[in-house]
Amino acid sequence: MSTGRRIRPIKPKMRLQFLTPDGIRMIHEAALDVMESVGVRFPSHKALDILEGAGAKVDREKMIAKLPADLVMKAIASAPSVYTLAARNPDDDLLLDGEHCYLSTDGCGIETYDLYTGEKRTSTKQDVHDSAKLADAMDNIAFIWGPMVSAQDVPAETRPLHELEACFIGSSKHIQPETIISEDIARRCIEMASILVGGKENLRKRPIFSVMQCAMDPLGHDGGSLEASLVAAEHGIPTGFMPMPMSCATAPATLAGNLVLTTTDSLSALVLMQIAHPGAPVFFAAAPTAIDLRTGGYTGGGPEDFLLGGAFNQICDFYGIPLSMGAMATGAKMPDWQAGVDNSFSTIAPVLTCTDMLTGAGMLNGSKILSFQQIIMDCEIYGIAKMFAEGIQVDEETLAIDTIKKVGVGGNFLAEKHTRRHLKDLWRPMVYDRTPYNVWEAGGRKGAFENATELARRIMETHEPLPIPEDQRKELRECIKKAEAELIKGR
Amino acid sequence: MADVFELLSKAVFEGEIEDAEDLAKKALSEGLDPLSVIEKGCVDGIEKAGDLFAKGEYFLPELVAAAEAMKAAMAILEPALSEQKGERKSLGRVVLGTVHGDIHDIGKSIVGSMLSAAGFSVYDLGVDVSNETFVNKVREVSADILGLSALLTTTMPRQQEIIEMLRAQGLRDKVKVIVGGAPVTQEWADKCGADAFAEDAIRAVQVAKSLTGN
Repeated sequence: MSTGRRIRPIKPKMRLQFLTPDGIRMIHEAALDVMESVGVRFPSHKALDILEGAGAKVDREKMIAKLPADLVMKAIASAPSVYTLAARNPDDDLLLDGEHCYLSTDGCGIETYDLYTGEKRTSTKQDVHDSAKLADAMDNIAFIWGPMVSAQDVPAETRPLHELEACFIGSSKHIQPETIISEDIARRCIEMASILVGGKENLRKRPIFSVMQCAMDPLGHDGGSLEASLVAAEHGIPTGFMPMPMSCATAPATLAGNLVLTTTDSLSALVLMQIAHPGAPVFFAAAPTAIDLRTGGYTGGGPEDFLLGGAFNQICDFYGIPLSMGAMATGAKMPDWQAGVDNSFSTIAPVLTCTDMLTGAGMLNGSKILSFQQIIMDCEIYGIAKMFAEGIQVDEETLAIDTIKKVGVGGNFLAEKHTRRHLKDLWRPMVYDRTPYNVWEAGGRKGAFENATELARRIMETHEPLPIPEDQRKELRECIKKAEAELIKGR
Repeated sequence: MADVFELLSKAVFEGEIEDAEDLAKKALSEGLDPLSVIEKGCVDGIEKAGDLFAKGEYFLPELVAAAEAMKAAMAILEPALSEQKGERKSLGRVVLGTVHGDIHDIGKSIVGSMLSAAGFSVYDLGVDVSNETFVNKVREVSADILGLSALLTTTMPRQQEIIEMLRAQGLRDKVKVIVGGAPVTQEWADKCGADAFAEDAIRAVQVAKSLTGN
């Protein structure tokens, strides 16, 4: 079963600091104050029952719970700082230890640039599978987030199940859907994952998927998502919460004020999970941003995002909670200059604060359009960030004194044994164009995009993800069939 | 146990210069035919390295190391071959160097290694080579190819002067001239009267082969 470790996380040596210890403390205290005095909306009676039972002051009519500071602090203390996101292939397990950055795919798009025709079309279940398969072949991608696009050719009621199936078949890496937003669907996803690991107890030990939920900023959550996460936590499945307050709209204009709400809208969900299931693995996901001051629209990739993300990373380190951060996700419509600039900056910033998870690679138009080429080109950016962040190792071997003395004045190091030992320490591009001009011209003027097209097609035609045994595939299909019979009206 | 041919091929392929030299000596001490040792050992190894390079699995330093290992073995094997009045089929004789006023060495040296490994007999004149030295060497060895390297726009004119000197001395029709170096373009190659232009060492080998009908 073992195929050897395929994943290449970044282990950054440099750490950027955006906040002072005093700044972190002030944001923390402000968040505690807001959660206790204003409270947070939990539109689920199940959630409110749990919170009330633990001492929160609950307004049933408004569905708001006021969370005492000591309750919040107790919850933070019981949440684990280090845990593993397991994968169908154990070689691809991800240890979240605060020392590694793992890149995922981006997700939840609605359209696809077809890899063969180039046309933009509505996304399908096949796209979910194919994007997972391409990501499976990329060693810079550690897990599949999303799914990358919505499987719009299957019924909406059971779509998350179809998508999970397609991701499992397409990749043996960890899967982190953002589409499990009801208790019922959560239970069915757990059934499906249990098939692949040999039962629910094994799934608790090896959670091959995790869930991520969006918050309803400011100071609120979605009821269905909370209930889905409670089910996940009950089964040992890690759950993440993703606030994305937008300065001027759903957060104060000031970035510090935004960070207070990013903190409250993450921590309040963690409090619920820890009361219900103490020790349940929880992570945060940050996508705080600012509106476009002219249109009021969402602006992924502005400089505020890098500051907010980096600062929230420090806050998560303060709490000892793993963090996933939105990266890449350019607003460019094509894989062009803007996409390169956006995705380079938005990758290097969280890498240099050692964010545990980066989501993610491969989407255009603000995470709406899947581009197979962009998956590969984003992996290239991540590779550059990796080399940059991991810095320079200085020791006897890397100083190469003996080799320098041997080669001497005016010689060259090409044929030296030391060079052969270390040449692969240097950056080796996948799709960058570094050909001589004439070769480039004679080859049809191919740049990174054309190279990425060829590579993506080659992978699509030759890569074989770790197969799922046929009996298990049949069981997965039966789970979906059963769900369709039970959930789709008129069947 | 692997025979000496296989071991030598592997040493060349892996760029183990000292091993290649030792194995060449061992092969001769065992009384093996030098030509077979060259073909089944050196050439086999360098071809394997070339194949991997073409597939993108080998990188330039690995290819150069393989070429250097082959060169080390050939330095042992070739004298033995000529003692027996044998001769390895050469793809052609190449005179190579960096022009006068220019001390850039590495690109030209890589080209030399690659051409040797490909089966050309290479006469590398070094750097800062006078126009006369190039022309005299072409005449002396009846060169098939002259490779002129220039890394500066200010030394590129030497390439044209040398070509004119070849013409003046009636040698121009006897030798193909390849120009190279960072500032050199196809446009300059046409203008200075060269036969061909190569942008890197890999292309230089292709161009040299095609100019000599190989």
